[in-house]
Amino acid sequence: MTDAPAASLRDHHGPWFGGYGGVFMPEPLMAAIDELAACYEACKVDPAFQAEFARLSRDYTGRPSMLTEASRLSEQAGARILLKREDLNHTGSHKINNVLGQALVAQRLGKTRLIAETGAGQHGVATATAAALFGMECVVYMGEVDTERQALNVARMRLLGAEVVPVTSGSRTLKDAINEGLRDWVANVDSTHYLMGTVAGPHPFPEMVRDFHRAIGEEAREQTIAMTGGLPDAVLACVGGGSNAMGIFHAFLDDADVQLIGLEAAGDGADTERHALSIERGEPGLLHGMRTYLLQDGDGQTLESHSISAGLDYPGVGPEHAWLHDIGRAEYQPVSDAEAMEAFLALTRAEGIIPAIESAHAIAGAMRLARELPGSTLLVSLSGRGDKDVATAGRWFDVLDEDARQQ
Amino acid sequence: MTARITTEEAIRASGGRALIGYLPAGFPDLATSIEAAVAIAEAGCTAIELGVPYSDPGMDGPVIQAATQSTLERGFRLEELFEAVAAITARTSAPVLVMTYWNPVLRYGVDRFAEQLAAAGGAGLITPDLTPENAADWLAAAERHDLDRVFLAAPSSSDARIDRAVEASRGFVYTVSTMGTTGARTDVDDAARALADRIAARAAAAGTTALRCVGLGISTADQVRDVLTYADGAIVGSALVRALGAGGVPAVRELAASLAAGTLDGGPADAAPAIAPSSTASSSPQKDASA
Repeated sequence: MTDAPAASLRDHHGPWFGGYGGVFMPEPLMAAIDELAACYEACKVDPAFQAEFARLSRDYTGRPSMLTEASRLSEQAGARILLKREDLNHTGSHKINNVLGQALVAQRLGKTRLIAETGAGQHGVATATAAALFGMECVVYMGEVDTERQALNVARMRLLGAEVVPVTSGSRTLKDAINEGLRDWVANVDSTHYLMGTVAGPHPFPEMVRDFHRAIGEEAREQTIAMTGGLPDAVLACVGGGSNAMGIFHAFLDDADVQLIGLEAAGDGADTERHALSIERGEPGLLHGMRTYLLQDGDGQTLESHSISAGLDYPGVGPEHAWLHDIGRAEYQPVSDAEAMEAFLALTRAEGIIPAIESAHAIAGAMRLARELPGSTLLVSLSGRGDKDVATAGRWFDVLDEDARQQ
Repeated sequence: MTARITTEEAIRASGGRALIGYLPAGFPDLATSIEAAVAIAEAGCTAIELGVPYSDPGMDGPVIQAATQSTLERGFRLEELFEAVAAITARTSAPVLVMTYWNPVLRYGVDRFAEQLAAAGGAGLITPDLTPENAADWLAAAERHDLDRVFLAAPSSSDARIDRAVEASRGFVYTVSTMGTTGARTDVDDAARALADRIAARAAAAGTTALRCVGLGISTADQVRDVLTYADGAIVGSALVRALGAGGVPAVRELAASLAAGTLDGGPADAAPAIAPSSTASSSPQKDASA
């Protein structure tokens, strides 16, 4: 069940990316999936929809986001590092791009309620924000473990009017939040849109979420040419489900000389059992309605993933990434918690930019690649800001006062 | 090994008043799960649905989630499933259908899984997250190993999707009573009756018939009785799982017996035809399982 590749990798669309993707959903949800896919096909070619999405992206999100040359970090690394500043978007990450697009689709479908899963909380915050903007109800499912490590974002969502439901099943992290979201959706499908936060899940989500993030790469490509006179040697982005990576990679898919590098979370280390290396250590299988690389045991049970970064703590990956890996167009490398935190501090101290720990994985990948390719130009997706991670980083670097440590 | 009958034969032998009981394989432990399955068959279940514990059970509500999660935590392996099926079919003639999410089967190997299931005396599979359009490998394996394949139809399913479920299913069409996950409910949705009627109508339009067993939300004899006025079978899961967890085999046997009382009185509105239609006909010889 695969389709022939499009002449341009950029033109490739779902439901299949090579042998990955598809629609593996329980029958009760198939009508909603079919309805969503048909609606999105119509939105893609509707100038009014595209104009409204562009307007929101400009006037609400604050697009285009800047491209910042990280001069002092570049000096340390030995390569020219350019940062695509998705951290400057409204709500503090790239997540808002997709959320606004899907909220428009949901509105067109006549849905009045948005539900979402969230790991780090950035997608939940973005969804709660869109729900407030569109006047919709909002419920966010979040693994209990993540509600504890991302307490600030839980408060933000509640302030925005969303109900945050801690998920206590399974590993109590992102994958279980998705399961719970899907259970809600099947029970409330008439009124509710499930707002998937990454390029994962059944078709049309991987394609639709990628499309709503395409501006990241399109802007960055033009900005890089304008700033440096040419294309970057490599584009780097962190990969959990892989939405910011797919967003920035997409514009460069047909530029054969540009390396595309996704950084997966290696947690305690690639040589340990506590990681989230879905591509490097996973096997093809089914999870959350798609066929993709996932961490699983010999019986097909999903294994728990581990990362200091809640947003990368996912045992699967978007199907387009699985395909890009297989055809050799993108490369996926591990970055451990320790490497990510070292890069987090390096960027913070060199540039005065505190990144999300997720994004710090991409910075770590760039610092590593700079050693291999001195003098090269490296474009990095700075997918989110680090406000939500200050407590985690404060504990890691032992800079919290005693009172704050107790909290 | 007791004499084997197919799922369809069992439902027809019940006069189209089947009670199908769901229990997870290996819950709370392998030996108890085998005893519990045999007990509900002895207490009046027409067929047994044996669930494969899975890490991401998207269609299951809290009771079944908790049971299967604890089973996985104690180290459940797929080998236990085949062991359980073989042990149960050795002691009861009630067909044993396995209810499984698809990734465990995919990982194990579709044909290998089918072969082992048939060898253990299993009747077939119910596949909640595998729809007919993705089931080519499974349908081929089921054909090769003479196994039932039960697909779902939901209140939200289009006519075209119901047609596909009717065409691809053998045994019965799993008629999803309500839009939601598994779990006891006080009232089974009117949607179930409407869906059962639609399935019958679509099957008739295609020149065939389909057995319809209704699942999700059924937990009392009254609900069983109500469902059997318009369908060929009622499926009970969470209530049995809760009873097994709380009171062990005696409790689950007692509940199954009380549910079976709902199958006894009155006749169905339109009893299943005595002559098996071609699309769901099964002329499988009785098989010997040697596990």
